[in-house]
Amino acid sequence: MRQVFVLLSLLLWAGIASAVEPDEVLSDPVLENRARLISQGLRCLQCRNESIDESNAGIARDLRLLVRDRLLEGDSDTEVMDYVVARYGEYVLLRPNGLGINLVLWLAGPALFLVSLAGLIAVQRRSKRKDSIDQLTEDEEREIEKLLSS
Amino acid sequence: MLNELAHFSLNIALGFAVLGTIIPLLGATLRRSSWMQLASVFALLQFLLVAFTFGVLTLAFVTSDFSLRLVVLNSHTLKPMIYKIAGVWGNHEGSLLLWVLILTFFAACAALFGRRLPQSLLARVLGVQSAITTAFLAFVLLTSNPFTRVAFPPFNGQGLNPLLQDPGLAFHPPFLYLGYVGLSITFSFAIAALLEGKVDSAWGRWVRPWTLAAWIFLTIGIGLGSWWAYYELGWGGFWFWDPVENASFMPWLISAALLHSAIVVEKRDALKAWTILLAILAFGFSLIGTFIVRSGVLTSVHAFANDPERGVFILMILAVFFGGALLLFALRAKAMDSKGVFAPVSRESALIANNLLLAISCFVVFVGTVWPLVAELLMDRKLSVGPPFFDLAFTPFMVALAVILPIGSTLPWKRARRAHITRLWPVALLCLAVVGLAWAMQTGRSLIGPVGLGLGVWLVMGVVIELYQRCGRGAGKMRRLLRLPLADWGKAVAHAGLGITIFGVAGITAWQVEDIRVLEIGQSAEVAGFTITLEAVEDRRGPNYLTTMADVALSRQGQPIAMLHPERRYYPVAEMPTTEAGIDSGLWRDIYVVVGDAQPEGGYAVRSFIKPLANWIWSGAIIMALGGFLSLFDRRYRMAPGAAREPGPEAAQ
Repeated sequence: MRQVFVLLSLLLWAGIASAVEPDEVLSDPVLENRARLISQGLRCLQCRNESIDESNAGIARDLRLLVRDRLLEGDSDTEVMDYVVARYGEYVLLRPNGLGINLVLWLAGPALFLVSLAGLIAVQRRSKRKDSIDQLTEDEEREIEKLLSS
Repeated sequence: MLNELAHFSLNIALGFAVLGTIIPLLGATLRRSSWMQLASVFALLQFLLVAFTFGVLTLAFVTSDFSLRLVVLNSHTLKPMIYKIAGVWGNHEGSLLLWVLILTFFAACAALFGRRLPQSLLARVLGVQSAITTAFLAFVLLTSNPFTRVAFPPFNGQGLNPLLQDPGLAFHPPFLYLGYVGLSITFSFAIAALLEGKVDSAWGRWVRPWTLAAWIFLTIGIGLGSWWAYYELGWGGFWFWDPVENASFMPWLISAALLHSAIVVEKRDALKAWTILLAILAFGFSLIGTFIVRSGVLTSVHAFANDPERGVFILMILAVFFGGALLLFALRAKAMDSKGVFAPVSRESALIANNLLLAISCFVVFVGTVWPLVAELLMDRKLSVGPPFFDLAFTPFMVALAVILPIGSTLPWKRARRAHITRLWPVALLCLAVVGLAWAMQTGRSLIGPVGLGLGVWLVMGVVIELYQRCGRGAGKMRRLLRLPLADWGKAVAHAGLGITIFGVAGITAWQVEDIRVLEIGQSAEVAGFTITLEAVEDRRGPNYLTTMADVALSRQGQPIAMLHPERRYYPVAEMPTTEAGIDSGLWRDIYVVVGDAQPEGGYAVRSFIKPLANWIWSGAIIMALGGFLSLFDRRYRMAPGAAREPGPEAAQ
């Protein structure tokens, strides 16, 4: 059900999936490919969690055309991204940058991984020490052997 | 009249839920046997009353009783019967009632199947479960009454949403709910164990089937949702990392971890506190998911204000149960000392690694999901976290998991020798060869494809090697293989299923071919060796929609393959357009054609995709669920719970 509501509203915004229209496609396949990759990282401002590459909304089309215009002007990928962000804010980035507090977002997983790894090693060491107490000493082993063989 | 009776019976059920919480929990503390015995009675009564209510609501939808507000908003006489029934849970109130029904259903199951459990444990499990039921029943009755009448019943309803009229979607919610809510009973088991102050291998054996069942339902539910999105949304995506999807994915990850750690509790009497924590987290994430979806808080912070009542109520339930459980855990967990010791290289360690990776990947998904909210509240930064983030932050942990899986699953308990690992060398080499081959075939592109293919082979071949080893040496191999416990078969099948899903994801992500162009009637396009011809486009009438349907012929080197009929439909009642893609499904590739708008200069926009290995994604999910089922029917779970542990073939694992 949950997905229904989202996808539903997604569809309401998006109308029918047409996304990139044939008349937008650049004739240079390399440039077009770059444009697609950039579009997949930019959010459609009007939609729910959709990139401009997937969206059918008018504003998404405008942005797609803008991205292609910039590429035709000779901008690099990062220049295009910066250009769009400067106009619409970082909200359009589907992959948030790692600046400021966003570091927490990016480092949360790796940091937790390292911390738990360290924790595991510590636990393992401690249990090894305890383990050695539980184990029999050589004298005790010999005594048992003697008792068993007798 | 019947509707009022149903509403009344829901109130009575709330009464029994309150009694079912207090009396058994108190009885267990005071050691009063007669009080504890009442737990099962209360559980069964709650189930019967809620089932009656749900039945009446279903009847109202079936007979299109438009005196109920809910039916007016969500049903229509023209709907086929199956979608009238699905309409019951296609809305907030009804789905919440389904949620409560499943809560009481699991309690009733525990009461019926758990008669051999120690009395105080069963009483506590049912007591905690009743407490959850109390909270949700109060939620239904106070904020979301499904039986509200309308003063002037209309002649027909408004709910003819075309998107909901789809078999994949009709059964998606019940499966998802069975999974979400199934985790409540593991949660109750965990709290009961904390109250008892005792966790032993028997507890691990009782909890596992419930977790397994919940996980199976979640797997099927998520798979159905993903499949539906693929064929219905018109561009063939299978996972969007949407908050709502993540809400169902997080409990899946945690319950998968729980599934594995419960084995360690059962067989080695270790990892007890951690397993309890996972059981709490699993249901905690179910509640968080419910909150995320129903409050609308993540769509935008402002949507929260639209229905503050509901959001706040769920937040309270979340705080009480999740917070309370974690507090209880903090107080009691120390008492649960692990007995089993094990070496750094052993099955136990491998399962810990599995748990670590699953839990951390869940954490990554969680942080990514709530981050826009956190950033806006704390830093006043409006930002988005979308698929590019999750692909980058989540995938490495899954890759690591897939790498260690075949190694870990062949390791013996306690201590492993080198030989246990070295026998996987041939498989590892094979995988490297596959990666190399795939790399050579597509140089210059991303690594996802080759690595994914290699991991898929690694998982599936790892399973084959493991099964081969399990049947021993000499004659009678086949016989021994067939006599393996079902749990071992389940494990093998589920792990292979994961491999197959990874295979599919890698294929569709790395090697999809897309073509966008304008085709006139009779024109063809060449896409990756296939010829796609737009033969005709005409307007037709469906039973309750208008459609523009195209005939698209598919052929390869002059050999016709199939005729596809992609459509664009318009539903006048709902004023809603939909796309129906034309899909030719195959084992190795799907061909996916969408016909778009008529172009001003003539012709139609045609988008065609070749999607390699698409079906492997959902097949893998089904195979994983099948593995779960096999494991569920293993002898040691079929025996009445609480039966003495039998020295059988599984003891030799």
